[in-house]
Amino acid sequence: MSSSINTACTTRKSRIGSEQWCRVLQADVRGDVRQSVRRRGALAFAICAVFLAGMLYAQDTDLRAPSAAVAGTPASIGTTGGGSATFYLVGPSIAIERAVQLGQDIPLTAKELESAGKYIAIVCAGNCRSVGFFVAPAKPVSLAFLVHPSRAPVGESNVVSGVALPFDEFHNLVLTPTSVDFQLTAAGAAPVSHRASTQNGAAWFRTSSGRSAGNLQITASINGVSTRRVVQQVASDPCRLQIKGQRNAKGFVVETEPVRDCTGNPVPDGTIVTFTARDAQGTDTVDAPVKKGIARAQMEGTGPVTISAASGVVMGNELHLGAQ
Amino acid sequence: MRRLLPIILVAVTVLLMVIGLTSVGRSGGTVGIASGSALPGFSSNANTPEQALSNFLIDVQRRNWDRAFASVERTNDSVNEQSFIQEWTGTNGGLRTFSSLESYDARPLHATDSEAQMRVRLHWSTPVGPMEDVRDFHLVHRADQWKVVWDEVPVPNVPSQVIPVNYLRWDLVQGGAGEQWGSNNVDSPHVRIVSMNAVDSAEGAVVMGEIVNEDTIPAFVNVQATLVDAAGSAIDDESSFDKILHVLLPKQVSPYRIDFPKVSLGKVKNVHIDVKATLVPASSDPVIGVMNQKLDTDAQGRAVLHGELLNQSGETVNVPHVIASFYDNNGKVVWVSDGYVQRALLPQESEAFAVEIPKSLAGKVQNFHVVVNQYSMHNS
Repeated sequence: MSSSINTACTTRKSRIGSEQWCRVLQADVRGDVRQSVRRRGALAFAICAVFLAGMLYAQDTDLRAPSAAVAGTPASIGTTGGGSATFYLVGPSIAIERAVQLGQDIPLTAKELESAGKYIAIVCAGNCRSVGFFVAPAKPVSLAFLVHPSRAPVGESNVVSGVALPFDEFHNLVLTPTSVDFQLTAAGAAPVSHRASTQNGAAWFRTSSGRSAGNLQITASINGVSTRRVVQQVASDPCRLQIKGQRNAKGFVVETEPVRDCTGNPVPDGTIVTFTARDAQGTDTVDAPVKKGIARAQMEGTGPVTISAASGVVMGNELHLGAQ
Repeated sequence: MRRLLPIILVAVTVLLMVIGLTSVGRSGGTVGIASGSALPGFSSNANTPEQALSNFLIDVQRRNWDRAFASVERTNDSVNEQSFIQEWTGTNGGLRTFSSLESYDARPLHATDSEAQMRVRLHWSTPVGPMEDVRDFHLVHRADQWKVVWDEVPVPNVPSQVIPVNYLRWDLVQGGAGEQWGSNNVDSPHVRIVSMNAVDSAEGAVVMGEIVNEDTIPAFVNVQATLVDAAGSAIDDESSFDKILHVLLPKQVSPYRIDFPKVSLGKVKNVHIDVKATLVPASSDPVIGVMNQKLDTDAQGRAVLHGELLNQSGETVNVPHVIASFYDNNGKVVWVSDGYVQRALLPQESEAFAVEIPKSLAGKVQNFHVVVNQYSMHNS
């Protein structure tokens, strides 16, 4: 009943313009435009009469919404009464109109119900009746899997997180609680599994990075569907930066011991080590990249020299070389 | 009377023209300092050291190379006109090749009847802004004329050689548009500001400090700062522009400096700093050593950090750019200074550099860190 009234009001509003209708109503409430009340009172009475007549007529037609409609599955809407009518279906990403016969079921094709969400079916024959129903997502067939970050330093707690969102074949987010299996595999370590149930269509996990640099493969699975992502576990800051040096014809060569982080992983090649040499001539600095685990720099000077090294905010040892 | 006025006017005009054409000094110049810019068509005889130097610099400015070269006295036979021109116009795509001599100020240091020493401040216009070059010229008196002694040793040519380069390079592969959602995410590099200091300078407020790339991949970084007043309103918003090493390799540290001209720190309540880091392809080559760095006072009495850049690779660096951070005895960054080197840095060769420190801060400086930004034509 209420939906019929709403439909009639909406129709009325759209005919004379909702803004104008509101202005009339506001004028009525204030009572300061008596002339307007008198003139429009007659019009309102006529509309209400037609509306009530329509309601009485519409009681002959009834709509039955499909129960437990599923996306991509055909369904039907039952009708009562007789005669021809116009059928409207409005839903997420769809709006259709077609002629139907009252008293017969109105078939809805799988194509028309691909999108999950709330639909409204409207039948108009002189007056309009409507019914709403919900189309649930189908079974999950794919997973959107987001993992953050793409690179994580080793040995950091709760640094890796992932979110899995199951979707059906029509790209509807599956809201029904479903179990998602997360499997984490890193080289040299036993795989770790974690099961989480989706809440409002999302399942997630959070974990710490391992102690070894290398790829961490993370797989999310649901109903035989799996999606894989890779997190690159990288060496952390250099630890115990040690340098050594020796004289040569051009001056002296200074190089690091293999540069590793505090868990023993070699830092990636290309990491910059800044060598600083101080002697009577002044200060020499060279930003040298690590290559095959070692950073090396050729520096000038023949007198006694003090050399230090730093990588990022990490300092190394100091080295003293005597005069040549 | 009716005839006298036009005659006076013509006479005065002719007199002024003669004065204008024979004099190279600009009106309003400081007494004892000859200064000038190109005056087309005329140059007077080199009867004085100032006049000789002025004629020479005007010829250089006009790129009248034959006349300029003819007017110098060479001390080195290896100097030919080609090397003389290259000294003024630059080579190998260095900053000097894109610069032009705008004007100059010459000041006599000492002079006798037979020789003179002049200090010239050369004002260059360059793509990175106006630059100043101070140079001492020696002049000698020869046969009623003064001549500039040209004792510049020509830049030696780099010998043919093979330099094995096996440094690293990071390439960036972009995934296709049709890839699955979430499968293509590569995080931006992690960079961190490790120090920040705000000071008032003669030109305005300066925000400076250091930034480090904490990641294992190269980053293109830029630092933006907003000065906020007590009411929470933004006073000014500036970026580090070229006063930062934009491409930071893993674990590399760069100074940054952001200038806020005509803003006093007294009005500033907060400074908001925003760092933007983008993943970019990069190479760790060329490696440039910064040698013989020393804090000193230059000939003009300015506090400077000078040294030499040594290109340790086989690639020419067209425009080297030096950025230096200066620390006090607590390790706090008290100033960041930068300077462009006008000559290209050839493979295995070195070039001198100097960056200035404000005199008021020179006494506080206990330590410094120099990085070299490099612009190479084939990488641009």
